[in-house]
Amino acid sequence: MILTNVSAVPGMTIVEHFGLVSGSTVRSKHFGKDFLASLKNVVGGELKGYTELLNEAREESVARMVKQAKALGANAIVNIRFSTSSVASGAAELYAYGTAVLVK
Amino acid sequence: MDSLFQIGIFVGLMILGYFTGRYIETNHYKSIRHREKKHIKLPAVTFSHSVDWSEMKNAKLVVGIAVISIDYYKAVVGSIRSFFGGRVTAHESVMDRARREAVLRMKEEAIGFDAIENVRFETSTISDSSDKRIIGVEVIAYGTAVSKMVA
Repeated sequence: MILTNVSAVPGMTIVEHFGLVSGSTVRSKHFGKDFLASLKNVVGGELKGYTELLNEAREESVARMVKQAKALGANAIVNIRFSTSSVASGAAELYAYGTAVLVK
Repeated sequence: MDSLFQIGIFVGLMILGYFTGRYIETNHYKSIRHREKKHIKLPAVTFSHSVDWSEMKNAKLVVGIAVISIDYYKAVVGSIRSFFGGRVTAHESVMDRARREAVLRMKEEAIGFDAIENVRFETSTISDSSDKRIIGVEVIAYGTAVSKMVA
C-alpha cells in the first residue's frame, strides 16, 4: 500500500478512484504516564509518554484506513490528511482520511 | 503559617520551572539548530511538484510527532499575560520548538529521499481534565517523501 499526501503517487498513474477512506482512534489523556507528565510539567521539556501515545494512535488510525482501502481493492491512498478533535474532556480523537486509488 | 507554606511551594516551583525550563529549552534549541543544519539538503516544502514527478520512482508518507510541555514558570507567566492580553512570548517558544522538532522527526524518517512535498501541520493542546490548565502542545507534521531511487 502506497501512502501519499499529494494528489497523486509521484511516478505512477492513477487508473481508478474508489473514494474516501478513513480511520480514527480515540485516546484518553489519562493513563499511567500522566503522573510523570505532571512532574515534567514543572520543568518543561518533551512529554515522551504522550509522543509515544500519539505515535501509536497515528499508526492505528492509518492501519484502519489502509484496511478499508484494501477491502475496496485499492493499492494506494492519496491526499491523506490528519485531523484532531477533542471528544470529551481528557479524550482526543485522531482522524486520518484520504482517497483510495488504484495506481499503475 | 499554612499560607506561608503554600507561597513557599509556589515560589519554589516558579524558580525550579524557570531555571530547568530555560536549561531544557536552550539545549533543545541547540539540538534543533544542529539537526536542521544536518538535514538542510533534504528540502521540506509546503507545495507539490517541487521536483519532477515523472522522474520519481518511490513515494512514501512521512510523519513526525512531538509533544512539548510548558514549564511551571511559563504557565504562570502565560496565564498572567492572558489576563491583560497581548503577545504571550512565553508560549511562542514552546510552539516553535514543537513544530521544528516535528519537522525534524519527519525529515529523519525520510533519510535517503530527495524531497518532502506538501508538508502539513496539525496542532492540538493537551489539557488537564480536572482543571482547564494546558499541559503541553502536540504537533503532527506530515508530507510525502519522494525519491528517484527505487525502494
